[in-house]
Amino acid sequence: MPVPVLAARDVKKSYGRGAARFDALKGVSLDIEEGESISIVGKSGSGKSTLMHLLALLDKPSTGAVELSGRDAGALGGRTLNRTRNQTFGFVFQQFFLTPNTSVLDNVTLPLRIAGVGGSERRRRGMEALERLELADKAKNKATDLSGGQKQRVVIARALVNEPRVIFADEPTGNLDTATGAVVEDILFDLNRRTGITLIVVTHDEDLAAKTDRSVFIRDGLIVDRKGESA
Amino acid sequence: MSGLDLIRSAISNTFRSKTRTTLTVLAIFIGAFTLALTSGVGTGINRYIDTTVSSIGANDVMTVTKTVENTTSGPAKYEPNTTNVESATGRPGSTVEAITAAELDGIRAVKGVDSVEPVLTARPNYVEYNGGTQYQASIGGFVSGMSLDLAAGSEPSSGTDTYEVALPVSYVEPLGFTSDEDAVGKTVTFGVTDKTGASTTVDATVSGVSEAGLLGSTSLTANDALTTALYDAQSVGLSSSSKDSYASVSLRFDPSSSDDQVSTIKSDLKALGYDATTVKDQIGSFKTVIDAIVLVLNGFAVIALIAAGFGIVNTLLMSVQERTREIGLMKAMGMGAGRVFGLFSLEAVFIGFLGSAIGAIGAILAGTALNGVLANGLLSALPGLTLIAFDPASIAVIILVVMGIAFLAGTIPALRAARQDPIESLRYE
Repeated sequence: MPVPVLAARDVKKSYGRGAARFDALKGVSLDIEEGESISIVGKSGSGKSTLMHLLALLDKPSTGAVELSGRDAGALGGRTLNRTRNQTFGFVFQQFFLTPNTSVLDNVTLPLRIAGVGGSERRRRGMEALERLELADKAKNKATDLSGGQKQRVVIARALVNEPRVIFADEPTGNLDTATGAVVEDILFDLNRRTGITLIVVTHDEDLAAKTDRSVFIRDGLIVDRKGESA
Repeated sequence: MSGLDLIRSAISNTFRSKTRTTLTVLAIFIGAFTLALTSGVGTGINRYIDTTVSSIGANDVMTVTKTVENTTSGPAKYEPNTTNVESATGRPGSTVEAITAAELDGIRAVKGVDSVEPVLTARPNYVEYNGGTQYQASIGGFVSGMSLDLAAGSEPSSGTDTYEVALPVSYVEPLGFTSDEDAVGKTVTFGVTDKTGASTTVDATVSGVSEAGLLGSTSLTANDALTTALYDAQSVGLSSSSKDSYASVSLRFDPSSSDDQVSTIKSDLKALGYDATTVKDQIGSFKTVIDAIVLVLNGFAVIALIAAGFGIVNTLLMSVQERTREIGLMKAMGMGAGRVFGLFSLEAVFIGFLGSAIGAIGAILAGTALNGVLANGLLSALPGLTLIAFDPASIAVIILVVMGIAFLAGTIPALRAARQDPIESLRYE
């Protein structure tokens, strides 16, 4: 059996202490294989976002461990952790988080700028990512002047630009109408199938979840159901 | 993020909220403008003093006089082998103990002393040109190393036997020259009466025309050869001992001497019974007063800058607030806390740079305009005085100081940004 690209080992996460203590995750184990698409499904407050944050190494579990390619990510120090996140993950958020008054190209190349990639290389790879999403003609536009669907495609281009192994999509179609949402979904699944990027979708939308290879359902900090599991 | 990208991002972020940035830059501008202007006044006045000073004496010269004995506990005993001469600095008519020619060798023997020359006082009766009207003339000696603020021609040369003199501008027209340039190279005649009552004349070539300075504005400047000639002419009939008695002598030392070496020379002379003062000593106290005034003025400007610093804190706190999600996103994408801190503190430094650079440029323009107005008005009696002068080094220091203040002001918002939790920043619903 191949080493999973990301794995959660009996992960628990709680906030606060004493009477105010809140257990967001109460022991979750999950293996995510390289190249698969998986959805983490749950209502708001179920703990699905917390699980995503832990898998994306944005937060550390209270107990348990998150493994990246079989190695405990908890052992990674600040600088290595930042570099790992920059090179391994791409993020697609429901609310876009595009920098206003800044060109589309500059928004797309933000991860490369953070990584310290030089100017011309950055432009080349940024334009490449925009071409893949058919947005090359908008490169010089202000990010805020685009339509919702275009914005989300810019966000996907930004997630792709550093050629990550894993893309986290948090409610990727939540802010879009059905038709535009469908286009964005197609783009994401197409990427997953054709380039083998691991796709982790966090959503409350079961229709979207049904399109991934498999789904885990979370309620009150525990996995309550799994669909599409081979074993 | 590479350093260059960080700077570029910080600069472009500065211009995102134009009104806010403009107002903050304006606050810094006011402080920097004032600071640049007040320190410009300090530079201008001190520079004027320096040029005026170099017309009083060279930097490697000390004026040596006999130490006046303490007379508070009764009068000093008479020493038979001393002579008294008129004091150059005391109350009118008062006398000081003279330094005689024999004593010069003793002074010359002090370690570090290059040469010793008596300060000769030449008192010609008049100066005239080409048989025209005779005017009173007071002569100041010229030592090499001194420099005159010249309107035309050159300084009297010290290494020659030809008699040379520099006229002050006020003498040019009365003597009958058509212009400053016209006077250069012409021969003027000095009339001298010696101790026997006989009159003689000495001819000298005009080497240049000097601007009126703060001090010695109506003095003619003679070279050593002319001073000696005039002194000899007026001393005919004096006994050689009284001819060779001097109120003061001037002593030259190695111009590269350190302050310590200079004070060693002074204390050696003190042990022999002489007081020695350098030009620096004479002018030092004057400059101290001006420096103190400028310091107080600068203090006010710095207070304005500190107030502007709070403006920076405010501006950047708002900016951090507005960009919470952007900061969260950058941190999620792997930007380290140090880089986030750098991004915001660089933004503060850039705002500081903008304000101070514009302030300095504004001060230079305003100062130049003000100088023009003052030179033709209030300060027209002091030609050569540029009230507000700008020294590139001090302008650079001002800009750096303001950038430093801005950096300090920026640390508070920058730390807040750096500490932001990416999850908190990205949380929604």
